[in-house]
Amino acid sequence: MKEKLIEKTLMLLAFSAIGALLLMAVFIFKEGMPIIFKVGIKNFLFSTHWAPTKGHFGVSSMIVSSLFVTIGAMIIGVPLALACAITLAEFAPQRVTVILKPTIELLAGIPSVVYGFLGVVLLVPLIRDYLGGPGLSLLAASIILAIMILPTITSISIDAIKAVPYSYKEGSLALGATHWQTIRMVILKAARSGIITAIILGMARAIGETMAVIMVAGNALRLPQSPLSPVRTLTSNIALEMGYAAGDHRAALFATGIVLFVFIMVFNVSANIITKRWRRE
Amino acid sequence: MAAKIVVKDLSFSYNHQRVLSAVNLMVEADSILGIMGPAKSGKTTLLRIFNRLCDLIPHVRIEGEVFLDGENILRPGLNVDRLRKRVGMVFDKPVPLPRSIFENLAYGPRLHGIKDKKRLEELVERSLRLAQLWDEVKDRLNESAMKLSGGQQQRLCIARTLAMEPEVILLDEPTYGLDPISTLKIEQTLQSLKESYTIVLVSNNTWQVARTTDNVAFLLMGELIEYGSTHEIFTVPKDKRTDDYISGRFG
Ligand SMILES: Nc1ncnc2c1ncn2[C@@H]1O[C@H](COP(=O)(O)OP(=O)(O)O)[C@@H](O)[C@H]1O
Ligand SMILES: [Mg+2]
Repeated sequence: MKEKLIEKTLMLLAFSAIGALLLMAVFIFKEGMPIIFKVGIKNFLFSTHWAPTKGHFGVSSMIVSSLFVTIGAMIIGVPLALACAITLAEFAPQRVTVILKPTIELLAGIPSVVYGFLGVVLLVPLIRDYLGGPGLSLLAASIILAIMILPTITSISIDAIKAVPYSYKEGSLALGATHWQTIRMVILKAARSGIITAIILGMARAIGETMAVIMVAGNALRLPQSPLSPVRTLTSNIALEMGYAAGDHRAALFATGIVLFVFIMVFNVSANIITKRWRRE
Repeated sequence: MAAKIVVKDLSFSYNHQRVLSAVNLMVEADSILGIMGPAKSGKTTLLRIFNRLCDLIPHVRIEGEVFLDGENILRPGLNVDRLRKRVGMVFDKPVPLPRSIFENLAYGPRLHGIKDKKRLEELVERSLRLAQLWDEVKDRLNESAMKLSGGQQQRLCIARTLAMEPEVILLDEPTYGLDPISTLKIEQTLQSLKESYTIVLVSNNTWQVARTTDNVAFLLMGELIEYGSTHEIFTVPKDKRTDDYISGRFG
């Protein structure tokens, strides 16, 4: 009797959580779709002209900026995160890992405004002085995001590497492989679906991050010309304009949200497909 | 007969827990040495010293010397990867790498610089034949090794060790948990291998030791109780504890 009640309550809670998510998705689509059809899908996605008060709603420069910022963050962050994960999982003494892993995970909990602040104070002047340009740039955003996704990717990759059966490692070493050969050919291969999941989660976080990006990216409404150009991402645009937008403008921001939504869905679904395919092998 | 491995006053501890005390022992070249003894007497530990897999465990302490062809393999600075190529090991639980049968076999030779496809194929076939697995897998070398049965996996692990062309093969209870037919096949394999390899076989199965080995070491709680030819140990054991163990009077 009591069991049944608990079960029912849990079911109800689970369904209301899923329901809330669905409702949110439906709401965003309902608010955003009409304007996309009004200006035309092609115009909306491929025009760079964004002047919402004058009736121009082209988000392509923001899509490109978001993608470049994210790709940049991956190029900088993934090798670093994997290096950290391999070092902590395979080379560092147990004592060190036990202390460092929770410390790294703690980094994930720091509010993004703090990262943004550090970016403005430390990173942006460095870029301006040594590389040129305004400093507030695609590069600055990518670097800050790389640091922000480091803990997620590192921590999940460590778990994936540690989950590889010890006997694979032992078997490889017993065949005369060096430690590094074993890591490269056996451990990383066996851990790859976990590592890919980690990377895609990192990517989703990078493309969705808003505050820190607004603070360091410069927010100019143009297609980026170089890594030093200031850029405005999809998320930044929503956050910057939501306060005063009304009518079609407001609807267009919801439409921007739809684009983000689709990106994140694509990341997650591809992560699932990759993981499943490898698990089957 | 020539000595391949000589163990001198070897002691070993994990975290201050002494597991081997002052073991002295010799493995003759081209023969099978059996190591028998109840569980936890240090048999696996001894094998793992012979190829320095014991290095992987933190906080261990080794004293004494182990010579392979006269060279002390416990000396610091020894190239352990080269040692492990010369001294192959087969574990009690067969664990193929998560790859195809062919790739499992080619893994070791590739590491040691053999790239030629033809040469690799020859090595793979020869090793699988030696391990008496060739006929069962020759048509599906590209299938995952994980799909093989337990007995086949164990023979695959033996074959994969042979493919490295080692000088010494260490086997840790290789027939543990296998059916009698697989066990028989592995014992036959060992018999045919001893002509060109030095083999150390750890086994819990007293009959298997009697059937397959040339010499026997009896370990009890980390102490070497008796060492001698298999014939002698099984007919006229010198120590009462050996006698008790062989006749099954051990708790
Ligand atoms: N990695 C390890 N860390 C700590 N103690 C161990 C480890 N491996 C084995 N031991 C201990 O060493 C003793 C001997 O074990 P082992 O060499 O595996 O014996 P056997 O193979 O004869 O059963 C046991 O008491 C066991 O608990
Ligand atoms: Mg054992």
